[in-house]
Amino acid sequence: MGVGQWLASWPVVRQVTQGDPGAHGAAVKSPESAHLAPRTADADRVVKSICPFCAVGCGQNISVKDDRVTQIEGDPDSPVSRGRLCARGSSSLQLVTNPQREHRVRYRRPHGTEWEDLDLDTAMDMIADRVIASRRQGWEWESGGYHVRRTLGVASLGGATLDNEENYLIKKLFTAMGAVQVENQARI
Amino acid sequence: MAECHPVGFQWVMEAKARGAKVIHVDPRFTRTSALADIHVPLRAGTDIAFLGGLINHVLANGHEFRDYVLSYTNAATILTEEFADTEDLAGVFSGLDADERTYDFHTWSYEGTEVQAAAGQREKMRPDRSAPAGVAASGRGEAHGSGGARVPSDAPRDETLTHPRCVFQVLKRHYARYTPEMVEEVCGVPPDVFAQVCDLLVANSGRERTTSWVYSVGWTQHTVGVQYIRAAAILQLLLGNIGRPGGGILALRGHASIQGSTDIPTLFNLLPGYIPMPHAASNEGLREYLDTESTQKGYWAYADAYLISLLKAWWGGAAKADNDWCYDYLPRLTGSHSTFETVMAQLEGTCTGYFVLGQNPAVGTSNAKMQRLGMANLDWLVVRDFQLIESATWWSDGPEIETGEMRTEDIGTEVFFLPAAAHTEKDGSFTNTQRMLQWHHQAVEPDGDARSDLWFTYHLGRRIRQKLAAAQETATPEDRDRDRPLLDLTWDYPTKGPLDEPEAEAVLAEINGWDADGNPLSSYEQLQPDGSTACGCWIYCGVYADGVNQAARRRPQAEQSWVAPEWGWAWPANRRILYNRASADPDGKPWSERKAYLWWDAEQEKWTGHDIPDFPPTKAPGYTAPEGARGKDALAGDDPFIMQADGKGWLYVPTGLLDGPLPTHYEPQESPVTNALYSQQRNPVRQISAFVHPADRFAPSGHEPGADVFPFALGTYRIAEHHTAGGMSRWSPYLAELAPELFCEVSPELARLRGLEHGGWATIATARGVIETRVLVTERMAPFRMAGRTTYQVGLPYHWGHGGPAPGDAVNELTHMALDPNSHIMETKALTCDIRPGRRPRGAARLDLLRDYQRRAGITAETGTEVSG
Repeated sequence: MGVGQWLASWPVVRQVTQGDPGAHGAAVKSPESAHLAPRTADADRVVKSICPFCAVGCGQNISVKDDRVTQIEGDPDSPVSRGRLCARGSSSLQLVTNPQREHRVRYRRPHGTEWEDLDLDTAMDMIADRVIASRRQGWEWESGGYHVRRTLGVASLGGATLDNEENYLIKKLFTAMGAVQVENQARI
Repeated sequence: MAECHPVGFQWVMEAKARGAKVIHVDPRFTRTSALADIHVPLRAGTDIAFLGGLINHVLANGHEFRDYVLSYTNAATILTEEFADTEDLAGVFSGLDADERTYDFHTWSYEGTEVQAAAGQREKMRPDRSAPAGVAASGRGEAHGSGGARVPSDAPRDETLTHPRCVFQVLKRHYARYTPEMVEEVCGVPPDVFAQVCDLLVANSGRERTTSWVYSVGWTQHTVGVQYIRAAAILQLLLGNIGRPGGGILALRGHASIQGSTDIPTLFNLLPGYIPMPHAASNEGLREYLDTESTQKGYWAYADAYLISLLKAWWGGAAKADNDWCYDYLPRLTGSHSTFETVMAQLEGTCTGYFVLGQNPAVGTSNAKMQRLGMANLDWLVVRDFQLIESATWWSDGPEIETGEMRTEDIGTEVFFLPAAAHTEKDGSFTNTQRMLQWHHQAVEPDGDARSDLWFTYHLGRRIRQKLAAAQETATPEDRDRDRPLLDLTWDYPTKGPLDEPEAEAVLAEINGWDADGNPLSSYEQLQPDGSTACGCWIYCGVYADGVNQAARRRPQAEQSWVAPEWGWAWPANRRILYNRASADPDGKPWSERKAYLWWDAEQEKWTGHDIPDFPPTKAPGYTAPEGARGKDALAGDDPFIMQADGKGWLYVPTGLLDGPLPTHYEPQESPVTNALYSQQRNPVRQISAFVHPADRFAPSGHEPGADVFPFALGTYRIAEHHTAGGMSRWSPYLAELAPELFCEVSPELARLRGLEHGGWATIATARGVIETRVLVTERMAPFRMAGRTTYQVGLPYHWGHGGPAPGDAVNELTHMALDPNSHIMETKALTCDIRPGRRPRGAARLDLLRDYQRRAGITAETGTEVSG
């Protein structure tokens, strides 16, 4: 590289000579950055999704490579959001790939002072047993002289962060169980 | 809105760029105020006084949209002579039963013989009268809010709107004292700013223009929250701003599917599609239920088809005509069973098992201490979330461990933490704040033990059913009877993939419903009361029309009209604006070309326009219903409010609300001032009596002795960088770094008064708790000057808790459990507090400080609980 070429490649010179005085474009590219590509470029696939935070319902494009989520961006096709995401929506990648996410079942026995390991199958079986017992313990055929056919033994809280299909199964199962104390964030 | 729903706010800015005026009404000057044309500072808890002032301005000066009001609202309807207004009874309506803390709303009715004749029926339709709890607590108001309340459809009318007992005149008298001077005295809004709002509002409503109102939990989280929204509804109906493009009252909801979880309700008082849960007193059998819950006129006349189709979806072949379609399998309510009553049931030991699914009550629910005390009294607790949130860990690190109120070893609650799958790891639909369902597709499989709640619920149900089925042989007849609803339940969803994940689309297909041959339905109009159709949620019927997932439609916005009907699917029937018949005049012509949306095409004899008609599509504008007509046939051609029993928008609510037919200004449960409008300080039927507990005390208000111990107004809110109680944001490094710890916002005047230092620490106390925060001194928190006195405010974003990488005290240590009686929503937007410099005491001394405050304010179990106070 001659001195002239070297000088001409200097970003300050390029700002002046290449019509980019504010250094917002080509003038700030280096050979290294010129070869960088966005994570979206080598995605195996882009999956259409919706932002999981507030109820505006912004469109999201999920980039996936090697069966891992590599990037989440706004979906320009959405008539709701036109490609935009806010600070929370933009953090969706961290939400789903956060190393602080807990991926193991944790179990605290009554009066225990520490978490213990428990396999998922055993946990599900134990929970089913406890539901059956609490349901029965809190069962009422009558209350205040009225036929009620219900249990006050089991309650559930939460649903506004879940899918419609999930809420549907929760309401269906708990109602069939006789549980009436089914609630979610709509009241907070 | 700029802060909490920033991407939605782009449309407000787009409107502003096209010439719209943006008015921001808020106690604080926020990012929204900075972008608005006018900021209206308003003392928290006084919105009804402000909106009432606007209503008075419209009525006193004849600014109402007369043609709209006359044809489309109940303005002309004449009320019974028995009705007495708050103006006559010192701030309460006729029918107050002070002992039971409830209103008997017979006297609020429309005049008409049908009401008298149907008195026996009406007795039945108000289960609250026979319920043991005084507050009419089973949440009927919410169901009736969608239209189920019964009124005579042919009550007498005065088309001149001059009859002293017609709704229009009653309204005028009710708001006559809500003058600009009163607005200044109550709300602290300067008269010149109020006049500007009045002028803009009137100029921007009518045939050519429309105004919309946008609200959020700043309106709902009050002891009169429902009446806040009612006040806006009155104003919008008077100005002709409902059912028209650019109009409406828009709720900005906080969670991705909070609308969906209300439509398909994980709520105690509703079945899917706003069908009320059966009440033990009034709904003993299916016939009684349908008699009391369906209407003669409008689309609630078909409640039988909606309910029986739901029962068929849930119990399939077991649901037959001769067993009333398994109606008896539904559990019955006897009062409120909201999340707050659930806590009381946990403390009593009735409720022994608890599922917490993607919610964080240990710091996120009002009076979080009560939530933790309830959980500490359980046999078992299941928490499903992404991280070990405070609701999973309170037994080892909660505030009560620090103060010594609890010892970990003493807590008997067995805790299961089950990791949840994220939205990228499962298929499913969210319903956004505009009623639009949007499908998200699974991108990857969840790692480790993480599973969707669809997986969890399905497999839990499968296991419970298996265990009960296996036990049937040795079961008693009583056991068998109890278990039949679970064993007869349709619960055979197809699964896929390595984890046996249920097919979310199969669940959506059930929600949509099918006919006797299993073909997907395309509209709720197809639903039948004879058991030939099954449908899991009648208002969602059509989302799977033609066997196609309509919620997954994604035609790019640039390739379709401004209404964008081919993106997602909005309930009902993909209608994007509700009650859109009102966008045309009574003759079916658009009110103006500029605001044309839906109109009657006389040649084709049908409604046409930019949207799907929210009206029988071929009903002519001039149609009048024959005598005895039922359902949609009973709707006249100019009855746009098709879910209402009289087809009209309700300026006055004759039945369905528990705390009055007209919004009335009451001060919050805790207020620094005395009510300037009435001698009645608070909503007389606010819901408080069920929760008397030492950890949920109230401060004195106004001139009551001890009120000066908590002299400042306290408000809670969100900021752009965090989400609700922080479960989805405090653990994210970027967001935690953007807003790493709890802070309060105070004015320079208050900082001087209390010696608070910007960036330093402050301790904030209410009648319930003591927390510490960093201090942000800012002129954006301006004090209010009203009637010769100054009220200072303290602002607190409520996202923090003791867990995670960005910990802070939970603001919900300070909040209480005084609720709106209709919606059972607590008042966290207007409280009173004290603030002092420095950090809070540690250990047991924290409790000593709280007790000292309570003692100095003279707080007892009775403080602030008076009906007439």
